[in-house]
Amino acid sequence: MPPARRNVVFWIFGGGFIGSLVSFLYPVVRFLNPPAVSEASVNEVVGGKEQDLAPNAGKIVKFGTQPVLLVRIAQTEWRAFSAVCTHLSCIVQYDASRKLIWCACHNGQYDLSGKVIAGPPPAPLKEYAVHLRGEDVVISRG
Amino acid sequence: MLPTQPIHRKKTIAAWFQDRLAWDSISQFLAHKTVPVHSGTIWYAFGGITLFLFVIQVVTGILLLVYYRPTPAEAYESVQFIMTRVAFGWLIRSIHIWSANLMILSAFVHMFSVAFLHAYRKPRELVWLSGIMLLALALGFGFSGYLLPWNTISFFATKVGTDMATFVPWMGSTLGRYLRGGDAVGGATLTRFFGFHVAVLPALTSLFLLFHLGLVQKFGISTPPWVEKRFRGAGTKSAQMPFFPDFFLHELMVWYGALALLGILAALFPFGLGEKADAFAPAPAGIRPEWYFLAPFYTLKLIPGHVAGIEGEVVGLLGFGLLAFWWAALPFWGQRPDGTVRSKLVTGGAVAFIAYLSTFSLLGYLR
Amino acid sequence: MKHALLLLLLAAAWLPAKDSCLECHSQMTGDLQAPATAFRNSVHLQHGFTCADCHGGDPNSDDPEASMSKAHGFAGVPLRTAIPKLCARCHSDPNFMRKYNPSERVDQAAEYATSVHGQHLAKGDAKVATCIDCHGVHDIRAARDALSPVYPLNLPKTCSQCHADAAHMAPYKIPTDQYANYLKSVHWEELSKRGDLSAPNCATCHGNHGAKPPAVASVAAVCGTCHVFEEQLFDKSPHQPVFAAMSTGACVVCHSNHAILKTSDQMLGGKDAVCAECHDADSAGGKIAAQAAGLIQNLQNRIVAADGILEQARTSGMEVSEAILRQTDARQNLVKARANVHAFAIEAVSQPVEAGLAIAAEDYRAGEAAMKEKYIRRMGLAISLTAIFVTIAGLWLIIRWLHRAEKESGVTS
Repeated sequence: MPPARRNVVFWIFGGGFIGSLVSFLYPVVRFLNPPAVSEASVNEVVGGKEQDLAPNAGKIVKFGTQPVLLVRIAQTEWRAFSAVCTHLSCIVQYDASRKLIWCACHNGQYDLSGKVIAGPPPAPLKEYAVHLRGEDVVISRG
Repeated sequence: MLPTQPIHRKKTIAAWFQDRLAWDSISQFLAHKTVPVHSGTIWYAFGGITLFLFVIQVVTGILLLVYYRPTPAEAYESVQFIMTRVAFGWLIRSIHIWSANLMILSAFVHMFSVAFLHAYRKPRELVWLSGIMLLALALGFGFSGYLLPWNTISFFATKVGTDMATFVPWMGSTLGRYLRGGDAVGGATLTRFFGFHVAVLPALTSLFLLFHLGLVQKFGISTPPWVEKRFRGAGTKSAQMPFFPDFFLHELMVWYGALALLGILAALFPFGLGEKADAFAPAPAGIRPEWYFLAPFYTLKLIPGHVAGIEGEVVGLLGFGLLAFWWAALPFWGQRPDGTVRSKLVTGGAVAFIAYLSTFSLLGYLR
Repeated sequence: MKHALLLLLLAAAWLPAKDSCLECHSQMTGDLQAPATAFRNSVHLQHGFTCADCHGGDPNSDDPEASMSKAHGFAGVPLRTAIPKLCARCHSDPNFMRKYNPSERVDQAAEYATSVHGQHLAKGDAKVATCIDCHGVHDIRAARDALSPVYPLNLPKTCSQCHADAAHMAPYKIPTDQYANYLKSVHWEELSKRGDLSAPNCATCHGNHGAKPPAVASVAAVCGTCHVFEEQLFDKSPHQPVFAAMSTGACVVCHSNHAILKTSDQMLGGKDAVCAECHDADSAGGKIAAQAAGLIQNLQNRIVAADGILEQARTSGMEVSEAILRQTDARQNLVKARANVHAFAIEAVSQPVEAGLAIAAEDYRAGEAAMKEKYIRRMGLAISLTAIFVTIAGLWLIIRWLHRAEKESGVTS
């Protein structure tokens, strides 16, 4: 085989080989680069900063795939509950005027320990643990 | 007068290593390694394919280890994290799963081709036995790895599988507890299976692989008896091709073809996540193990609850044990004392075995 | 001796009280035996009462002359008009009821007196319901007992025994289709199919002992005990004074009283739209209805479209679980928009619709991004495959070159 054609053959092989190596190594290198959100939030979630929520107020926070109701009862007292109503799965809210957790769908009412006090819900709300880490409000599985 | 200069030698890096490793002998050996050429030469590739896919498993497995967390609270979520948040995480995971399936398939093809080409005969009986051991380890990899994503299917498949272990006579319940790390499948099982999958099984596999490959290098690639006979009759040595570069280049082509296939499968048929395992939920209908366990699974389904007073599962397990023993002992019943192979017996046995495995796997999939 | 007597008294206290009525009547047949058999299931028997506690007589005597003598207070079968007073003798006495259940209510008779049934009975009409018609006569079970005729699942049928009987109800000139209508309702469906015991039955809206249909003016309040938002919105809406002036019972106008069907967007703007029954299509009200229907239908369509593309992405192997979860927020807004229809003002509906549309749009974009990502992956695969196939081709060419070189130099293996 004339040297020119031999060179072409080796160029084809070499080019393809290098190209394929790049196509393998590129994903591997990108894979090893830590993503922006550095870990799956599973056991605990930061529900905002301490100053984001006033006393006697509540807000909904995403915990993994579930909504959680974070309630600041007093300056230093925080509670968190599953925000899914146990009646027909509507999302509950905190009622600051009556200081209870209320479901707008069929007027279900829960007290601040998650217990049902009025309306159709058959079971209490599951409670989560809340503690402060610096100025972060951390919600974790109870 | 003594020479003041040392005798001039090529001061290459290769020479430096040669002085310290004596690897010339290796390159000499490799240069003389040959592969028999005949109509069945293509089957010689499957051992290498299995090895290649195993290396891919190790590489992708190590990459997954960077992000995976082996606890019930985090396993599923970490796999979800890999699939959604990590760049190309979906690719690495899908390649890992597809390569696992292809590796086991390739191992079966390799094993049956060895049987049909009678490469198990003297002096290669130990190669066969170590190969059977490697297949068992591969199935162990598959079973332990299947649990790690901690989704509904893997949880219940593990439950069914470890329940089967409890039917082994005498040591069944102990075996079950050792496997599960307790009385039920749970976090302890996950930790154990993770340990098996990333440490114990790789270590054992490395040992047996070294042994298996070492023996193959020592004895060379086996030529089928009828090819040997043909050439003995003609009075010449059987046709051989050099391993380097010819066969190796062919092998590289096949390996690259396997890479292409893996890429296509991983990109076009990625694996899903399923739902996170819930120990208290009832088992979903139609639960099935992985395809390589379908044949024994379906066989067990067919065995009645009790056979002559013994529990059906025990009968099934004993049957599988006997079948495995029979197949592992192939070199012993497949050869006559005078060294010739019982060609028809082995070929018939292998065909029957393939027929059983494929029919029952298909039935297990469809029913 | 003193101790023996004490032991005997204690033993006597533990033994069930002798009830000769029950013993004799159990051995009879037909109608005379039936009460005795029924009484075995009675909550009264469980608490140690005997036949004589209601019918009088002497349960200790085996002699029918004595046990059923007027001298011993035997009253026989009480008059229907006297039943409430008979039951109230115990059930309205807090000191008495305290012995059995201190938190049991003792105002049933007083409530009954205010009910339609009670008022008719007081005038001597024995055809109306008294205590025994709902609670049973001899086999009275606790209301919590699933076999009790007043258990939530059984109550509608119990009421229907009179109220669905056209012949029985003829003198009262009220409809008899309530039960049939109620069975069509979403409330009955919740109760019977979903087992949600908090779903309303007859007594929930009409009261049980004080059974009386809610006054027209208080219908909204009754519905509003559960449907709080809808009532609040309705009370502030233009419909409230209009319906009140027409004495039409608020919620009942659109939703009916017994056949309360599952609501649908068709009520706003479909062929059989409820709004169209009063409002012409070109009137102000008709236009608001049409607009609200359009907005809600649009949000519904956007949500369905996002669901569709997300499902397509998911089945192609793309990971879209976060977007799928966010769809629940969009659906929440749809629910809110539908509830806000009761304000009968377009801003109340358009606000949640816009919020929902934003979320649905975001989720649709996530689905599109996933499909695009799927395309990008396939392009990446194509690039990688090209490099691989070029390498394979190169290898094949090298092999061919090697073979030619071997042949040319005459090297054979």
